[in-house]
Amino acid sequence: MIGFFWNIMLALAWVALSGNFSAMNFLAGFFFAYLALMVLQRQVPVLKGYSRRIPRVVAFLVFFVKELVKANFRVAYDVATPVWYMKPGVIAFRLEAHTDVEIMFLSSVISLTPGTLSLDVSDDRQVLFIHAMFLQDEEQLRQDLRELERRILKILR
Amino acid sequence: MTDIIVSILLIAGAAFMLLAAIGILRLPDLPTRMHASTKAGAMGAMFIMGGVAFFFLDSIVFARAFAIVVFILITSPIAAHVIGRAGYFTGTTLWDGTVKDELRENYDAETHKLSSGYEGSPESVTPPPESESPEDR
Repeated sequence: MIGFFWNIMLALAWVALSGNFSAMNFLAGFFFAYLALMVLQRQVPVLKGYSRRIPRVVAFLVFFVKELVKANFRVAYDVATPVWYMKPGVIAFRLEAHTDVEIMFLSSVISLTPGTLSLDVSDDRQVLFIHAMFLQDEEQLRQDLRELERRILKILR
Repeated sequence: MTDIIVSILLIAGAAFMLLAAIGILRLPDLPTRMHASTKAGAMGAMFIMGGVAFFFLDSIVFARAFAIVVFILITSPIAAHVIGRAGYFTGTTLWDGTVKDELRENYDAETHKLSSGYEGSPESVTPPPESESPEDR
């Protein structure tokens, strides 16, 4: 997080020094600042692993948008056709994520994907209760959620 | 060419919003309605904002459309979660076709305690407290 902050500060410095206040120039500054931080990250402990994180975030965004569109079409198909294919139910999902930020991020992403809605976290934070719309194949759903969680933890940890 | 892309994006957005509205009318119970309304609605708003950005092709409009999409992505899952949770715990009946409910047995309506069902298991040692969050996350 602190690395991202420094990246933005350096990009702003680039914009101010080059005197061209446009979005493209800001992106260029962001890129150069990213390269500079990539060189610096070996020496500065707080920046450790920063350059690896941005490609992961981009990979996650691509993966997430793909899932979002796929799941949206699935729900849309069930809403638009007269017969119900859905088998809704509430499942308990064992959490690997432990901190507040991790659980918040994971449950938001799960809620954002159509077909799954996070209802509540148990008091000891072991389990996330999820309302799922398509429980035909519960094992498959659990594997998909596990994969999603793994990718999120890779970004946040 | 731009016109065609803009039209496709706008129509797709409007279609998703229409589906969200139909979903609210047709789906049988509260959680499934939340599935349709919030997510398809957010998706529709995203498509429409994409269409707006392509129509103007201006960096300021682009930044605004991007900001709107980000705010929708931040707020809509939280709204869906809170409405769904409130509805569930105030005792909304689920649809007859609901195949399983693993929450009901873990929830104590007297004390409002929600157990996980893993309290006794050896791996359920509580994780280290997250008060001191690591600086680089």
